[in-house]
Amino acid sequence: MLGAARLTSLRDYRQAGISIRLAVGGAVLTALALAAGLISLSLGPVDIPVDHVASIVLSIVGIELAEVGRTEHLVIEQIRLPRILVGAVVGMALAVAGATMQGLFRNPMADPGIIGVSAGGALGAVIAIATGATGLFFLALPTFAFIGALAATFLVYGIAAVGGHFSMATLLLAGIAVNAFLGAIVSTIIIVLPDNEALREILFWLAGGLDSRVWEHVHISAPLILGATAVILLASRDLNLLMLGDDEARAMGVRVGLTRGTLLAASALATGAAVAVSGTIAFVGLVTPHILRLVLGPDHRVLIPLSAIAGAVFVIVADTVARTIVQPAEFRVGVLTAFVGAPFFVLLLIRNKRQAQAL
Amino acid sequence: MTRDAPPTALQADDLSFEVEAKSLLERVNLHADCGQLVGVIGPNGAGKSTLLRAMAGVLRPDEGGVWLEGADLASLSARDVAARLALVPQLAPYAHGFTVRELVLMGRYPHLGRFEIEGPADDRIARDAMRLTQTEEFEARTLDTLSGGERQRVFVSRALAQQPRVLLLDEPTANLDVLHKLRVLDLVRRLVDEGLTAVAAIHDLGMAARYCDRLILLSTGRVLAEGTPEEVLLPEIIESAFGVESAVYRDPVTGSLAISVIGPAESNGSATAARANGQSGREDLQADAVASAAKAGRA
Repeated sequence: MLGAARLTSLRDYRQAGISIRLAVGGAVLTALALAAGLISLSLGPVDIPVDHVASIVLSIVGIELAEVGRTEHLVIEQIRLPRILVGAVVGMALAVAGATMQGLFRNPMADPGIIGVSAGGALGAVIAIATGATGLFFLALPTFAFIGALAATFLVYGIAAVGGHFSMATLLLAGIAVNAFLGAIVSTIIIVLPDNEALREILFWLAGGLDSRVWEHVHISAPLILGATAVILLASRDLNLLMLGDDEARAMGVRVGLTRGTLLAASALATGAAVAVSGTIAFVGLVTPHILRLVLGPDHRVLIPLSAIAGAVFVIVADTVARTIVQPAEFRVGVLTAFVGAPFFVLLLIRNKRQAQAL
Repeated sequence: MTRDAPPTALQADDLSFEVEAKSLLERVNLHADCGQLVGVIGPNGAGKSTLLRAMAGVLRPDEGGVWLEGADLASLSARDVAARLALVPQLAPYAHGFTVRELVLMGRYPHLGRFEIEGPADDRIARDAMRLTQTEEFEARTLDTLSGGERQRVFVSRALAQQPRVLLLDEPTANLDVLHKLRVLDLVRRLVDEGLTAVAAIHDLGMAARYCDRLILLSTGRVLAEGTPEEVLLPEIIESAFGVESAVYRDPVTGSLAISVIGPAESNGSATAARANGQSGREDLQADAVASAAKAGRA
């Protein structure tokens, strides 16, 4: 009974205009994000009450309410807040890029790594660790990862555009090939690497994590990710039309080549920035837009902004669980999202298969 | 031409297009005057879709040009073209999860600014467009749950929501049942009578004859015949384009031209055998009689 009532209301929500869907969905998800953020800030080896957390966060943005202990303030400001913000922008980047890729490929199974971004980022990071370049300067690791991510994307895009005729099908296949090839290089490096400490660091990085993230990580990733998200948001209606096919979109007045290039570049930038500061966090980009699409419908003007918030919530929650579940040790957030995401992916596959049979 | 001839709404000049050394269009000319419904007919692979896509600006021809209301199509932005000209595709895409209403509202795209959201006026236009094609009854359903014919009507609605002055339809009735075929073509005819210009690729020669002001017959990328349905739909022209023996006559019930296909032109022997054996043969003979009567009447 209750289930039926909820289903009806969800269906009504799906049919509402985009302003209503945006406002309601935005309000719900923002509330969730704030709640997740506050709870995450209060949890850890030192438990800090939520009201203390709130006044510390407010004091950081310049509003002094109550005096809170110096230690608590330091833990929040220097350790937990930057980590949560990195998690938030990483989740935002992955979910927005995932939604964009699924739209561009007209395939709900596409994920942000499909064009080689993650594999390239991983190779860049592994090279940085294996060669000891990480010791050169503080942000060497994210820099190498970011360069690797973009280089791989250019390579894949270049293959798909060979002969002057760009093809999404070739892009997909080139992505698979480059992913496999870069993965092979990473495996080779891991096998031949004599240094056990570096090996451990590589495996840690590959599992994806947000441990010891500091404000510098926020500063290098957030502007890129927020900028790329804004660009994708501006092109979100064009993305709707692209889902109907290139000819269709062109006949409706979309500049297909320009729009697609912009969307691919923005997704690659966002994903590259995310991979650079967090390693490869699995399934966020695949699962988040997928669930939202079931509730909101496929209109990217709603899907993109709400994916951004939902992706942030997903990673904040996953990271909070990862760092509190086996205290004082830490679980890897990338491993945790895979634990949740992989079974979900299988469910989607089964569901898709059922639908295909029903047709 | 008379002095107050209506201006040409859409004109294709010497269009040529080839893919991998295979010529799909060869110096094709077509003009559609304001308030005319021009039918493009021809066998499979004749280049009908290619011609429509070139005239919609989706496909850039290798040679020749398209003029939309006197302006060179290549000089207009895709958006300007879409604000004046709409294309109904032959195969309506599934449109992953969009509802009928959402899809029809997409027709407003060329009329909206980048930051603009569809307003009440756009809703009204979309609703009117859905009403015209009887698709408003399933406006809340997603496209993947509709039949091919229903989807096709939705795409006609979307083209109407685009409020074009020129409408291109690629086999708009291919998947439709008899009733909806008539409804869609009646609708296009009515809009054309109200001033719209339309070019439609139509498979069904009888329907093309019944609804179109002029016909263009394409065969292997070339214009084989052009003119009124009476001028184009002659048995010898039909034979050279489609390779079938046919009879053309005026349907005593509808009053428009009707075409009865007798059989493949090169296998006259078997057609004769069929005629001797079965009931269908008798009908063909009757059709022949009517055809010669119609021919005699026209001559």
